[in-house]
Formats: sequence, C-alpha cells, structure tokens
Amino acid sequence: MMRFLLLFSRQGKLRLQKWFTPIPEREKKKIIREMTTMVLARQPRSCNFLHWKDLKIIYKRYASLYFCLAIENHENELLALEVIHRYVELLDKYFGNVCELDIIFNFEKAYFILDEFLLGGEIQETSKQIVNRCIESSDMLQEDDSSEWYEVELFG
Amino acid sequence: MPAPIRLRELIRTIRTARTQAEEREMIQKECAAIRSSFREEDNTYRCRNVAKLLYMHMLGYPAHFGQLECLKLIASQKFTDKRIGYLGAMLLLDERQDVHLLMTNCIKNDLNHSTQYVQGLALCTLGCMGSSEMCRDLAGEVEKLLKTSNSYLRKKAALCAVHVIRKVPELMEMFLPATKNLLSEKNHGVLHTSVVLLTEMCERSPDMLAHFRKLVPQLVRILKNLIMSGYSPEHDVSGISDPFLQVRILRLLRILGKSDDDSSEAMNDILAQVATNTETSKNVGNAILYETVLTIMDIKSESGLRVLAINILGRFLLNNDKNIRYVALTSLLKTVQTDHNAVQRHRSTIVDCLKDLDVSIKRRAMELSFALVNGNNIRGMMKELLYFLDSCDPEFKADCASGVFLAAEKYAPSKRWHIDTIMRVLTTAGSYVRDDSVPNLIQLITNSVEMHAYTVQRLYKALLDDISQQPLVQVASWCIGEYGDLLVSGQCEEEEPIQVTEDEVLDVLEGLLVSNLSTPVTRGYALTAIMKLSTRFSSVNRIKKVVSIYGSSIDVELQQRAVEYNALFKKYDHMRPALLERMPIMEKTATNGPTEIVQTNGETEPSVVESKHPPPVTQPTNQVTLISQSFNYLLLLTLCLGIPPMTAYNKNGLKIDFTFERANPNPNIAVITIHASNSTEADMTDFVFQAAVPKTFQLQLLSPSSNVVPALNQGTVTQVIRVLNPQKQQLRMRIKLTYTLKGSAVQDLAEVNNFPPQSWQ
Repeated sequence: MMRFLLLFSRQGKLRLQKWFTPIPEREKKKIIREMTTMVLARQPRSCNFLHWKDLKIIYKRYASLYFCLAIENHENELLALEVIHRYVELLDKYFGNVCELDIIFNFEKAYFILDEFLLGGEIQETSKQIVNRCIESSDMLQEDDSSEWYEVELFG
Repeated sequence: MPAPIRLRELIRTIRTARTQAEEREMIQKECAAIRSSFREEDNTYRCRNVAKLLYMHMLGYPAHFGQLECLKLIASQKFTDKRIGYLGAMLLLDERQDVHLLMTNCIKNDLNHSTQYVQGLALCTLGCMGSSEMCRDLAGEVEKLLKTSNSYLRKKAALCAVHVIRKVPELMEMFLPATKNLLSEKNHGVLHTSVVLLTEMCERSPDMLAHFRKLVPQLVRILKNLIMSGYSPEHDVSGISDPFLQVRILRLLRILGKSDDDSSEAMNDILAQVATNTETSKNVGNAILYETVLTIMDIKSESGLRVLAINILGRFLLNNDKNIRYVALTSLLKTVQTDHNAVQRHRSTIVDCLKDLDVSIKRRAMELSFALVNGNNIRGMMKELLYFLDSCDPEFKADCASGVFLAAEKYAPSKRWHIDTIMRVLTTAGSYVRDDSVPNLIQLITNSVEMHAYTVQRLYKALLDDISQQPLVQVASWCIGEYGDLLVSGQCEEEEPIQVTEDEVLDVLEGLLVSNLSTPVTRGYALTAIMKLSTRFSSVNRIKKVVSIYGSSIDVELQQRAVEYNALFKKYDHMRPALLERMPIMEKTATNGPTEIVQTNGETEPSVVESKHPPPVTQPTNQVTLISQSFNYLLLLTLCLGIPPMTAYNKNGLKIDFTFERANPNPNIAVITIHASNSTEADMTDFVFQAAVPKTFQLQLLSPSSNVVPALNQGTVTQVIRVLNPQKQQLRMRIKLTYTLKGSAVQDLAEVNNFPPQSWQ
C-alpha cells in the first residue's frame, strides 16, 4: 500500500499532505521535513527512487511542485510513477492546465479529487473519466446546497 | 458581527506577508476570530471557518480546537458541510484522539444515506482512518455495501473492507461470501479494488489462499482480455489498457502461483504473452514488464520463462531511463542467488553500470558485482572494482574496500595477486578501510610465508610515499617490525629488491611516532615495531634510546609500552629474543556468520537495511588477538621475573593462583602470594586459607587482604606465604580452605604438588 503522499514547492512549502496510516502530529512534521530535505537535495538527473527507513520514496517534479509518494517495499515503483502522473492528469483536467496556484487556492478540491482516485493507500478507480465525472457531480451537489443560502458564498 | 472572511481571501492575505512574524500575526488574529465564531455555535459559517483552519494547519499552525467542529459539520445535512467536515476529520483527527470515536454514529448514518456521494464520503473516511473499534462497529455496513450493485459504492466498500481487515484481521471471514462474484464485474474500478481485497486476504491467510486458487483461470482470462482487447479510451495509458489493473492481477497471480505447480502452470502462457507483447517504449509498459518478471521469478515457472525474465532485466539495464536501470539492478540482486548463471550472462552490462552517474545505480551495481565474482572472473572483475574504488564517492569506499578484501580472500588466484590487491586497496582507499580489516590483513600476511619479503618491501615503499592513511600505516609498521630483517637484507624474489639500511627503516618508523598525522593507535604500532627490530637489527643502541624517550610520553598507552620495553632491555634482556621472535601462523578463531552490510552511506539519507535482498557482501569477523599488540602484562611481568605463576586449586568456582618472588636477601625463602577468586554468583564470606608443609620446611602465613571473595571474579583475596627451604627440597604443600557460600559452610582439603622447579631450586 501507499503510506503517504506529499506535495511541496521548490522552497519546501507544503501544499498537500495525505497520510494513509495513523501518525502523531509531531511525527508527521518530522517526516515532512525529512522528505523535503531529501528530495530537494537530489541531483537533477538522478533516478526518481529513494530508500527511507523501510519504505521506497518515489518523487517527481512537475513544474514548481514536487510530488512525493511513499510506498511499501514490495510495491512496484515504476507503477508508483504512473500513479503520480495519473493524479497530475486528474488535476490538470479539473483545473484546466493546472499550476501550483490552483492547488494553493483550491487545496480542498485537490483533496476531493485525490479521495476519488485513492482510498486507504490503494487505487480505487482506474478510469480518468469516471473520477472526473464523480467530482463534477459532487460539485454540483454543493452548488445545490449553496443555492438555498444565496446570500452566503461559502467558497469565495 | 461581520461575516468571517472567505477562504480564498484569507489565503490571498496570508500570502502577502513578507516575514514569518507577519504571517504568524495574521494567523493568530484569524484564529481568534474563528475561535469566537465557534463559541457562538454559528452554523452558517462553520464550514468556511473550518476550511480556513485546514489551510492554516497545512502551513504548520495548530488547529486542534477545530476538531469538534469537524464532527458538527459531518453531522450537518448539507453536503458542503459534510465534505469539509470529513476532510477535516481526515486531516485533524486520528485514532489517537477520543473525539474521533464520536464520528462512528455519523458515519453509520451516512453509510446508509440516500445520496451515493455522501455514502462515498463516509466510506472514504472510514477506509482512510477508521480505528479498530470503528471498524468493528461498522464492518457489517461495509459488508452490505460490498454486495451492492452500485459500482461507485462497491469499489469503495472493497477498499474499506481491506482497511477493516488490516485493522481487525479476525473480521476477514465475514467478507468471504461477498467476494463470490467480485471478479465477474465489468467495471474496472470494482475489478481493481476486488483484486486488492483478494490479495489482502490471500496474504493474510493460507486457507484463503488455498480457497482462492480456483480463481486463477478467471484472472488469466481477465488479463488476456486486457492485453488482446483493442483501444479502450476509458482505460488507455499510452496504448496499454488499464496498466494498474494488469499489475494488480499479476501480483495476485504471483501470490497464488507461489509454491503451487498447477497454478503456476496455468499462468505460464499468459506470463509469456505479457512478457513478449508489452510495449516497452514508455514507463508504463516497463512497469508491467517489471511486475511480470517478479511474478515469473517467484512462482514455479519453467526454466525457459525464467531465462526470458532475466533477459528482460538485461534489456532494462541497457535502457536510457535511469529508473528502469535501477529497478533492473534491484531485481537482479534478488535473483542472483537463485539464478546465478543467468545473471552472470549480463555481467559486463552490470559492470558498466558502475560508471553510471546516479548514486543509487552505482550502489546497486557495486553490490551486484560483488555477488557475481567467482573463481573464473576474479581477475577481470577485480580490475573493474578497483578502478571503481579509485573513482567512487567516499560513501562507497568503506563497503567497496570490504567487498574487495572478501572477494580476494575467497577467490585469489595467487598469493602475490592477493597481496597486490590488498596493497592497491590500502594505498587508494586506505583511510576508508574498516578498522577490523587491519588485524585480518595482518593475519593474512603472516600466513603467506613466502610473500613476506615482497610484502614488507611494498609496504615500506608505500610508507615512503604517504603516511596519512592509518590502516595502511598500521599494517606497514607491523610488517616492518616483523620482517625488517628481510627488508634490509634485500631478499625479495618477486621484484627488484630495494637497498635500504637499518637506519633508514628506523628513520621511517620514528617519523611515524612524531608525525601529527599518526593516531595514538598507529604510534603504538610504530613503537612496538621499533622494539621488535631490536632482535632483528644490529643498531640496538638507537632503539634503546628511542624506547627510553617514550618512557615519559604523555600518552599513557605509549608510556606504558615504552616502560615495559625498557624493562626488557635492562633487567630481562635474556627474555627479549624469545618474546620478540617471529609470529607463528595464526589460526582463525571465532568466525561470526555472514553479516549484512548495512548501507550506512546509501544515497543521501541514513542507513537502511535492505531486508528483502540477500546479503550481497558478507564480512566474517575474526577474533584475532595479536599478541604483539595486546601484551598480557601480568604474564609479561611474571615471565620477566623468571618463575611462572600456577593454579594451585580450582574447584566449585573457587580458584587459587600462586605467584612467586625470590626474597632478598635470603635466596632460600620463597615468597608465595595466593590470589583467590570466585566465579560463582554469590560472595564467599568467612574465607580462610590454611597451609601446611613437610617437616623440612618452615612456613609463615601473613594476614590476608580480606576474608570475603567477591562473586563473579570481581576481585581477589591475596595473602602472602613465606616458605623457608634450606635443604632445597621439592616443595609440597597441603592447603585447607573454608568459606561460607549462600548460607552453607564449605570446607575442602587439597594437595599442591605442581610447584615449578624454579620456586624451590
């Protein structure tokens, strides 16, 4: 299974964190620090795999964002690269040419999309179209709600 | 009360902060506002406030005061609220907080909600962070949803079930009925998650594994369809249909086929098909091939298939993509033990990877290279590995050096080659060689009798060039001390003997003593070497002078050595040749089993033990105690004094040693000191030693140091006996021992007849 997924900028600022096992808050902060240090220190043309404790760390840079996925030792690291890529494609389809700012200002949407793609550290849906359709439908449900409260805009 | 600011406005504002302090101030202000809003139990803006809190939490600020608010949001009827509430729960709560148990009821209700997206939220949250209690409470609901016809919910329920099983393995049985028709689904999402669920069950229970073996034909069929079917826009990735599903099926097949001939046979064809038909131009195809190779190697596949798999790995090694090369090396490392010959065929490609720029690849290539070294390829491989040792990063040098020593020891074609190889390592990576290599090398050199002259000559020449690498200097000093005579006599057969005088050799060794580059350990080696040369060289006076100078060294170790050596020169010169003579061939004593090389300098992060890989380089640690380095000082003292000590009594944990002195001025009196020691677990109290001698002797017993002999050899009781022996008769003695041990009194009598002749002659 996957253990965690982190997104951070080139300056090491965290943009998304998804944890698939229960970890204390302090430990999470420590792991985030270690991951950002390790990944940002890598040479540009190195391979995308690292070993850390008993896990494999798969990382890939897309524009200004680093995607860092930790998988268990028996998992397929080449496929993990495809998982990261699929998530990027989903974000791209949703936001239309996604960039870091989209993820900063709409972080909750990024989580919702992730939660339609992965669940409990495993892939739940392998079709891009189905994931996108679900998100769109859920979003529409949201708008249904807010129409009852037209004077209140919940997400600016 | 103005409406709380919107989420995106807050984000915008915070991003304008120019310093950390400014940001902190903004956050604190907003948190205060949010707190008071929470206190007012404001339903309208709760969602907005929690969302803002989640943003601030991501920046690293505390958000625990929002935990209960998340629960309120989850309980709300509005979808928007639930969405944020569940997200907040997943981010802020985990099973360590009691609060999260309160979610159980909400989740239960939402699992039965009329809107599938609400049910989806509940399943997702439960599957991500449900505790064991929650899983126990809600497993029934999950099981129900696993049987629904709604594929959106079914796939989520399957993964939720996986989570439940991970948390509460005993519940696995209850999901068994629901798995009946999972694989007949057409929906890929359900198929994928079903395969994950089946995999989890098979991995955890041998019974389940046996039960699900019958699914192999169905899995093979599904896989076949995926490969043979035409383009499917929904699942296509670079021309391959649903690679995620393919890989998961291959993994399940691996588990089902392992140790089972029938299953393995049933999947042979499809594996061969996948291996040959998959497009390899992109990463996705290679991901599938990689999984296929792992499956082939793990099941009972026919040899043709195994060779096919290794060849795929061989091709991977030539791929431009670093990741693929890395993965190939890792896999080959796993298979090198079982399919050694097949991997050997790719040796040259593997060795080329030593020159790769990527650190991870270099390390794997190094480990694999060492695993491939054998008697046939040792010369060629060693050339490459030594070249690698020369040019690699410092983080590799220690492991590489150890690997070279080990390989050389196992497969050296000749003694000379072996010594040359060692020399090469010491001179190129001398400072990185592990400390325990020094005694190992010394032992090796000692045992290569015919190479002594050659070795000492080469080491001497190396010292002339460079005295900074301590292991090299230590081995060299030791050899010069041992074989210095061969060095100055120019006896070398293997190469042109060099002309060197005794003084030149002593210059070099003295240079080591004074150099700032030498560590205290190295200085010890040098001093002892100089001392040894006193029996091999003629310039004894010079050596005496050096030794006496160091008698006042501030280094305690050095001082002690020098003082002892001085004593050898002065009082006990007759002992010197015997003590300093040539070392005999050493036996290898305790050999510890193969130890895994812990990658202490792997990639860019701290040590990781590769638990899945067989130990690629093994290092037996031999306990070689070099007598010339660790003098048994007690032994030395008593040797110098001429009369060896003896054990007079050794029974039931009580041991009594006698040591001797000649009393001055009366040579007829033997002064014996008894040393009583106790190896049992309890102290021996009320200890009394009594002795009696034949009539021709006279005995005087002085007071003992104590009458408690401490347990576990923590101390000795000593007592002095003076024996007058005017007629120089053979000394005999009867001793009586009384003591109390663990409450009971013990008494014993013994005869002591093994006195050394010097004690009474």
